[in-house]
Amino acid sequence: MSKSYRDGLPISPENFVDQLMRLKRGSIGRRDFLGLTGLGIATAVMAREIGIMPTPAFAAESLGDRMSIATWPNYHDPATFENFKKDTGVAVEVNVFGSNEEMLAKLQAGASGWSLFVPTNYTISTYKKLGIIEALDMAKLPNFDGTQEDPRFTSEGTIDGTTYAVPKNWGTTGFAVNTKKLTKPMTSWKEFWDTAMAEGDGRTMVHDYQLTTIGNALKYYGYSFNSLKQDELAKAEELLLKVKPHLFAVSSDYQPGMRAGDAWMTMCWTNDGAQLHRDIPEIAYVLGKEGGEIWTDFYAIPKDAPNKPAGYALLNYLMNPQVAVKEHLANGAPSTDARVNKLLPKEVLDNPILYPAADLLTPLEFGAAATLTDPGRAELMARFKSA
Amino acid sequence: MHGNKFRHNLLTALLLGPAAAWLVVFLVLPFIAIAVFSVGERAPEGGYQAAFTLAQYANLPARATAFWNTMMLAPMGALACLLVAYPVAYYLALQAAQRWRLILLALVVIPFWTSLLMRTYAWMYVLGGRGIPALLAYVGFEDIRLINTPGAVLLGIVYGYLPLMILPIYVSLERLDRRLLEASADLGATPLSTFLGVTLKLSLPGVMTGFSLVMILLLGEYLIPTLLGGGKVFFIGNALVDLFLQSRNWPFGSAIAITLVLVSVVVLIAANRISTRVSGARRVDLI
Repeated sequence: MSKSYRDGLPISPENFVDQLMRLKRGSIGRRDFLGLTGLGIATAVMAREIGIMPTPAFAAESLGDRMSIATWPNYHDPATFENFKKDTGVAVEVNVFGSNEEMLAKLQAGASGWSLFVPTNYTISTYKKLGIIEALDMAKLPNFDGTQEDPRFTSEGTIDGTTYAVPKNWGTTGFAVNTKKLTKPMTSWKEFWDTAMAEGDGRTMVHDYQLTTIGNALKYYGYSFNSLKQDELAKAEELLLKVKPHLFAVSSDYQPGMRAGDAWMTMCWTNDGAQLHRDIPEIAYVLGKEGGEIWTDFYAIPKDAPNKPAGYALLNYLMNPQVAVKEHLANGAPSTDARVNKLLPKEVLDNPILYPAADLLTPLEFGAAATLTDPGRAELMARFKSA
Repeated sequence: MHGNKFRHNLLTALLLGPAAAWLVVFLVLPFIAIAVFSVGERAPEGGYQAAFTLAQYANLPARATAFWNTMMLAPMGALACLLVAYPVAYYLALQAAQRWRLILLALVVIPFWTSLLMRTYAWMYVLGGRGIPALLAYVGFEDIRLINTPGAVLLGIVYGYLPLMILPIYVSLERLDRRLLEASADLGATPLSTFLGVTLKLSLPGVMTGFSLVMILLLGEYLIPTLLGGGKVFFIGNALVDLFLQSRNWPFGSAIAITLVLVSVVVLIAANRISTRVSGARRVDLI
């Protein structure tokens, strides 16, 4: 593979001319133009280097030479961090996590060492309450454009008018089925759990995550994904204990089992569903018609971040639509940013795994902060796992 | 005289100082922190908040299954290791030719050069659908599942802990005075009774060392059951990981950790007692 000089560029010359023509026709604004072409960040860099442009606050600070980000597996285009290093000289160390609770536990323990991290919607109010995330200084994030974000996905990042987190992408929690092994078509969580105890015996996986495993068991009875009601949780527990002996695994690392053919069905997040279906077409992704979870992952900066200037700089870099679009092509999760959606190829926008039909999205619920921190649900999960 | 004694004490302090400081900072202080946590309360958003209550200890029955599973796994796993390790150690110490012995011993130790996590992951792929089951499908046995079964967990445990069992048994067999075996035969014992009455009995200290070493480590095991057992069987190690990293109930996790340490100490003392008794009142130091 030869490397062209164009590879690392934020935009191709052809694309640049296209966007310039759109600007001239007036079909996009100046701000969009700067964002789309990467000129926005170029101006920011020039401002820092030469000092002609009005200097944003962070430009005066030194970015240092390294920073650390906490995020999810298979979630970024590795080239993003390489290009960031080329532009700024800051090397990015990537820490990969398995659950929001683990991230929260590390941040609560203090000195996590992260300057940027990727929390999911329902954790942000808890982080704010504990006072461990920074109120974002939006002046340092000129690439972020709130007007281009779908408010359905951004609302939880802003608390009492202050922005604590900006969205990375959204997705759903459904299930993946190997349709060659389980041929009966399925459309609901009821069928998921019933099949796990019948044709899918010994071949079904559920997450090692109380939020989704209990939430989707609640959906069997049509209860809310976030229910904290004693009687409803008791019914969910009854179902989980009944299913337990039939399971292949309780694990959130379900791609290896599905790919090897050991597991035939698993609870699954959008981006994993898209990756599995892309490589193994007989693996389908199903959203339960009773509903289930819809989620947004955000970017936030810890209060004790050792390198805040670099954290802001990387966040601003990631908010550049030209950079973000590559991230979405790499990880396969849908974007919250209209500017990015405009840049995505048609086959991505038409992929029903990534952009499901509206009637399937309507019954979905965002996970709630109380659902995550509820001690009763944690104990239920422990009883399920030790049964 | 006085000066000599002072010098002797100073030397002792200098020799033991680094190890003592290490133990105080990395063992005693964390242990005290955990003991303090264990009488505290879970903060509303998780973590620890100061309190003085024994509620966490009263709640221990909520993890009774995890304790029970661990108490079953640890001795059974150690026993399985022992059954595989003893013949190997016997062969190494008493049968193998001198020039092969070092090479064979090296082969026992070499797997330690790679992390247990990597080796357990390798087993995931060997036992997974594209590994041995794919070979079995090739010769006509379709859809055989090996991964995430109790057998896979047992295999992982024996594989992972075998060297820790082989080495102490090997050492005790190697020190065995061969003239005792000849004497036993001269006095009319059959090979079997010589083995049971002399060889096995004299190697018991090594057996007990290996057994308690593996068993103590198995009390905290969580990786192998998670990776090769699919997280379906819940051990104390799994309960601790969940309490600290998932539900963030640090005080309850601390109470379980303290209890586990106490159980380990009891197991160690019991093993030492048994070993002393069976090997004829000779005192044995474990670990």
